[in-house]
Amino acid sequence: MTTPSKKLRFATVWLAGCSGCHMSFLDLDEWLFELAEHVDVVFSPVASDLKTYPEQVDVCLVEGAVANVDNLELALQLRQRTRLVISFGDCAVTGNVPALRNLWADVDGGSRQSVLDRSYLELADIGAQHPHAPGIVPELLERVRPLHEVIPVDLYLPGCPPSAERIRAAIEPLLRGETPAMEGTAMLQFG
Amino acid sequence: MSVHTLTVDGMEVAVPEGATLLDAVRAAGVELPTLCHLDGLSPVGACRLCLVEMETSGHLQPACATAAGEGMAVLTQTPQLQHYRRMAVELFFAEGNHVCAFCVANGNCELQDVAVAVGMDHSRFPYQYPNRRVDASHPRFAIDHHRCILCTRCVRVCDEIEGAHVWDVANRGGECSIIAGLDQPWGEVQACTSCGKCVDVCPTGAIFRKDDTTAEKEANRERPQLLRSAREQHQWQNQ
Repeated sequence: MTTPSKKLRFATVWLAGCSGCHMSFLDLDEWLFELAEHVDVVFSPVASDLKTYPEQVDVCLVEGAVANVDNLELALQLRQRTRLVISFGDCAVTGNVPALRNLWADVDGGSRQSVLDRSYLELADIGAQHPHAPGIVPELLERVRPLHEVIPVDLYLPGCPPSAERIRAAIEPLLRGETPAMEGTAMLQFG
Repeated sequence: MSVHTLTVDGMEVAVPEGATLLDAVRAAGVELPTLCHLDGLSPVGACRLCLVEMETSGHLQPACATAAGEGMAVLTQTPQLQHYRRMAVELFFAEGNHVCAFCVANGNCELQDVAVAVGMDHSRFPYQYPNRRVDASHPRFAIDHHRCILCTRCVRVCDEIEGAHVWDVANRGGECSIIAGLDQPWGEVQACTSCGKCVDVCPTGAIFRKDDTTAEKEANRERPQLLRSAREQHQWQNQ
């Protein structure tokens, strides 16, 4: 029997994404029990209630692009505290849908103002106003970036979302201390 | 018919006079990624994915646009070539706005496929996010320039097979784009016969049928070759 201290300290993080990658992770179904024998989930929006990213994490799956100041702060923090950081899904790997507002970078006011105006003023039914709650609602960054433009990334796991099979094929070797072979359509295809 | 004998990665192959290095590479059973090339259309050597190394000189040549010659020796899989191929694919992704997740061609896209073939797990180059146009003025088809890689297959198939020459290339560098007619809305170009060949040959989701939504595009990229062999060798697909 594995002693708890030998377990990998495992985390998942949700930045600017739709949580579809986390849903796909939950699609691992009964294999999650097997995973739980090899890892301690120390931080995760779907498997833990901690609000502060802990120290000495072994593996972290990071879903989502870096779109606001909270995303950026957490990305920098998790890099400091994690041995192996995985860009988890197309938003983390490429920016994907959240980064589409970068198309408006050159218009008056930039991408941030454009997306806020569109969402909170132009499309509002009643009470059109910009959200303003300093310290509570995080400020958007002007440019949405893939994770590796902000911190060094150790492994890329593309897909929108990556299938449960692909997630398992990427994680399983890590549990044995091996590096997964990220090649071929089954492991690499975007979208 | 005279024959040229040459080697591809050390393997001897014989190809007929007039064959390209790409023909020779394929005759050797070696897979080489291509994007702008399409059987049945003239070669342009635009995408640089089929670059091969001439063993004696070390020069890199696009296999699709280089004639096979007697005694040539080419290498197709050197570390340098693999490095350049992956770099070229990453630059394609960084240059346009290629978002596979909701693209009409998701699952039926040659750009998506070559990304897998060259082992691209991310782009090392910052994305440009060019603000391009979508032209949906044609009653049945549309062109989304965000997804265009400027392979010019549409230009060539319309000119060489359909004979309508609706498409052309305008401007240079980052401003370079495919245009319809005299840079008009596609739907206003009277030369267009609505044959759909440009839709069929487009390697990405840039040109598509309006009925198709995410991941629904079905391309027919063998169409130019079938039409050409029908016209020139009188070999019909249904015979």
